[in-house]
Amino acid sequence: MANFYRDTCPTIKNILLLDSEGKRVAVKYYSDDWPTNSAKSAFEKSLFTKTQKTNARSEAEITMFDSNVVVYKFIQDLHFFVTGGDEENELILATALQGFVDAVSLLLRNNVEKMEALENLDLILLCLDEIVDGGMILETDGSIIAGKVATHSMDDGAPLAEQTISQALATAREHLTRSLLR
Amino acid sequence: MAQPLVKKDDDRDDEVEYSPFLGIEKGAVLQEARVFNDPQLDPRRCSQVITKLLYLLNQGETFTKVEATEVFFSVTKLFQSKDLGLRRMVYLIIKELSPSADEVIIVTSSLMKDMNSKTDMYRANAIRVLCRITDGTLLTQIERYLKQAIVDKNPVVASAALVSGIHLLQTNPEIVKRWSNEVQEAVQSRAALVQFHALALLHQIRQNDRLAVSKLVTSLTKGNVRSPLAQCLLIRYTSQVIRESSMNNQTGDLPFYDYLEACLRNKAEMVFFEAARAITELSGVTNRELTPAITVLQLFLSSSKPALRFAAVRTLNKVAMTHPMAVTNCNIDMESLISDQNRSIATLAITTLLKTGNESSVDRLMKQITNFMSDIADEFKIVVVEAIRSLCLKFPLKYRSLMNFLSNILREEGGFDYKKAIVDSIVILIRDIPDAKENGLLHLCEFIEDCEFTYLSTQILHFLGIEGPKTSDPSKYIRYIYNRVILENATVRASAVSTLAKFGAMVDSLKPRIFVLLRRCLFDSDDEVRDRATLYLNMLEVDGAIVETDKDVKNFLFGSLDVPLANLETSLKNYVQEPSEEPFDIDSVPKEVKSLPLAEKKAPGKKPTGLGAAPTAPTSTVDAYEKLLSSIPEFSSFGKLFKSSAPVELTEAETEYAVNAVKHIFDRHVVFQYNCTNTIPEQLLENVTVIVDASDAEEFTEVSTKPLRSLPYDSPGQTFVLFEKPEGVPTVGKFSNMLKFIVKEVDPTTGEAEEDGVEDEYQLEDLEVVAADYVLNVGVSNFRNAWESMGPDFERVDEYGLGPRESLAEAVNTVIGLLGMQPCEGTEVVPNNSRSHTCLLSGVFMGNVKVLVRLSFGIDGPKEVAMKLAVRSEDESVSDAIHEIVASG
Repeated sequence: MANFYRDTCPTIKNILLLDSEGKRVAVKYYSDDWPTNSAKSAFEKSLFTKTQKTNARSEAEITMFDSNVVVYKFIQDLHFFVTGGDEENELILATALQGFVDAVSLLLRNNVEKMEALENLDLILLCLDEIVDGGMILETDGSIIAGKVATHSMDDGAPLAEQTISQALATAREHLTRSLLR
Repeated sequence: MAQPLVKKDDDRDDEVEYSPFLGIEKGAVLQEARVFNDPQLDPRRCSQVITKLLYLLNQGETFTKVEATEVFFSVTKLFQSKDLGLRRMVYLIIKELSPSADEVIIVTSSLMKDMNSKTDMYRANAIRVLCRITDGTLLTQIERYLKQAIVDKNPVVASAALVSGIHLLQTNPEIVKRWSNEVQEAVQSRAALVQFHALALLHQIRQNDRLAVSKLVTSLTKGNVRSPLAQCLLIRYTSQVIRESSMNNQTGDLPFYDYLEACLRNKAEMVFFEAARAITELSGVTNRELTPAITVLQLFLSSSKPALRFAAVRTLNKVAMTHPMAVTNCNIDMESLISDQNRSIATLAITTLLKTGNESSVDRLMKQITNFMSDIADEFKIVVVEAIRSLCLKFPLKYRSLMNFLSNILREEGGFDYKKAIVDSIVILIRDIPDAKENGLLHLCEFIEDCEFTYLSTQILHFLGIEGPKTSDPSKYIRYIYNRVILENATVRASAVSTLAKFGAMVDSLKPRIFVLLRRCLFDSDDEVRDRATLYLNMLEVDGAIVETDKDVKNFLFGSLDVPLANLETSLKNYVQEPSEEPFDIDSVPKEVKSLPLAEKKAPGKKPTGLGAAPTAPTSTVDAYEKLLSSIPEFSSFGKLFKSSAPVELTEAETEYAVNAVKHIFDRHVVFQYNCTNTIPEQLLENVTVIVDASDAEEFTEVSTKPLRSLPYDSPGQTFVLFEKPEGVPTVGKFSNMLKFIVKEVDPTTGEAEEDGVEDEYQLEDLEVVAADYVLNVGVSNFRNAWESMGPDFERVDEYGLGPRESLAEAVNTVIGLLGMQPCEGTEVVPNNSRSHTCLLSGVFMGNVKVLVRLSFGIDGPKEVAMKLAVRSEDESVSDAIHEIVASG
């Protein structure tokens, strides 16, 4: 088993976004470890119970859970989780979590709370889709992820031939928003 | 999406959190999905509906096949819209709905158009969607585009194609393997993530070709892989190559070590951590090579980020198992982690410290742990208790503070598993550290005064019965034990009665008092308690006088049940099924240990709590043989079957006739059972016998043979040959065998055999009766106790050189196989890289003589193995016989 993971890529088993009562806001599973919805719910419930009392606000926290490594971070009433296998490099998981948290913060204009997340659920779902594809990490930089998700708001009338320019614009705009927000 | 999607439910309290999806219903949303069919599409509204559908799916709602198909078809209409936001949502929902093959065709053309669109976001996403839902046939159509996409200048497109390639490799490897050239080009990409994805795919394409992987690693470790994730991958591949090459040449050099060490100076945390971890996991790594990695991990220990601290302490914890000395440098940083907010980190730090700590630091460490124990969960506490147990065994002089610690935590609140771990630990310490005995027993006594777990109470009472009478002042335990009789439930009362009886049997001065107590138990409300009390009183008391306890009584009280419980269970069941006048005879229970399912062997310390808990194994082969043999009148008079060997193959696999032999050992006889199988459909064999030439086995005399009348195709049959041998002597010898029979042709169409047959012979391989055939592999539960109670009267010790061996493990296994005895306490497993090993064996020799063997192995540089063999048994000649077996083997 140990050999197996060593020869494979870093893999994410799931990404969870729960609220302050442990209910789902948005979740995405990439592994067959939890085949049914009830298995998934049970995992979320016990993970939430185990972690809810910890202080994962300023820095992401980490724990072993059911032979998985879980990194997590709480912002207001939102709980972010990233799960990987028990031999996974903890720092890769932490990087993926950071990318997720950053991207969500950018997309929700730093107003990171459950209400805002539910009202912009489409953005959150797209964000999950851009971070990991079938367990493979696609991107870990929060601003790039947010940029990919947010592009659609401006591409409508953009001249199709000038993609590189519009991309540059998107990045510039992203950086601008970021600097304004800080 | 500024306005809420669903109106607020007014019935609810104001305090109830308001959600845009409150009161959402699947039926209503499916109705809403009809807007997808509107001729004038409203992209915003459509996006909202898709979001609702995705929300439902995300909450665990499922769509029926019909519903899913309906949604899918209306969603395909949305490809008309040019709105990028809507298109992204369309991609998402298509992936979630995972359409069937005939549905995929409908969106294929739209997606292929998007794949060739000029909008990069379209292209990247369309590739991912299409590859997710496609099957092999479609893949050949789009292969050309995917190859182009891999080398696309836009990193998002390239990554999308590469990641899709990684997924497709599982289902369509032959297609993806054709993309090697493009993937190789992508590895050189300037974009970090493209490099990572390309490297992952390239490695997976080549993973079965060791040479190619090795070349890949060689070239890339020289070059410039920039992306941190790609570097992590490369580190993993490098250690894979190191592992595989070190398997081939054992010279011990680490060819790619330099690369790993260079990675320690990388600026990305995840990379130098990956490298540090890879170095610590190299097999045969030296302390010098470990040091730079440990230094890096040590820096992490004081990081402000929990993930870093956790990663470091977890890795160091593993290193501490193999190289405790290398980790001691980190002890000071580690100690500050005991008070870490994160309990996982604190626990790992403690257990690491307990592994690396030296004798002087134990007391300080225990103080810190005491403060910490109260606020961690049971699962962590168990880990700590186990670590303390091994520490105590390492530093027996420190038993006092460690035992005190254990008894303190024993008094605190805790679940069953936690308490059991503590009790087990104390019991082990009492067994292994004589000085700790009295102290530990008193702690246990105090614990059962207020113990809510029946199982633990009975276990402790049993243990007390064995150890208590041997202490300097056994009388002080009586009070605790008799309190159980007064206060506890029937199960505990019964075992307390047994314990009292054991004290009575061993300590004559206590007898009068014990008798008084036992007599009181005669009026107990529970019949088991009364029965036990009656039994013990009758055994210990002779005509009301106080006399020294009989040896048989002691054996009854203290002797362990020398038959496996599972065997006893089957025998008892058989007895109950066929009622007879005769009492059940425990000697009729076979003693052969049945191989338990692996899962059970792996659960240490889990004793079956009673007969009911014993596994209901299928009838063992021994039982089957016994039945078979006793059904043959010639063999029924030989007495009890001592042992049946495992079948020995006498033919090569896939020959015309397959024959294997089982050796049945009786006191004065040996029966060879030849199991024959005829593998030729066109033949019928009749009058099958085995002609045995015993000229190399002089002490055996052939008595009779039992031929097999007919052996049709593919239905096994047995023939037997009976030998007489000197009684009670482990006679050995070699037998050559010839299968003799009459062949008759069989008409394959009718299946009828011809009238006339031809006599024929078939040479079989030789069969040997070896000394191991006279030894039963019967285990003992506590080797040390058994060894000591056997005494050194018939001990024989000698040393042997075993010559060059492949490994220590191989030498150990050879000797175990030679002696045919049962390894005890898991000592048959030799840890990796160890230079010496002690193996404990037990067995029963011919004539029911118990034998215990202690083997000490040592290996030196050129793999020369030396062995010291100590044998104890109840009979001098048996001890000598064991030595003879080894000397001749």
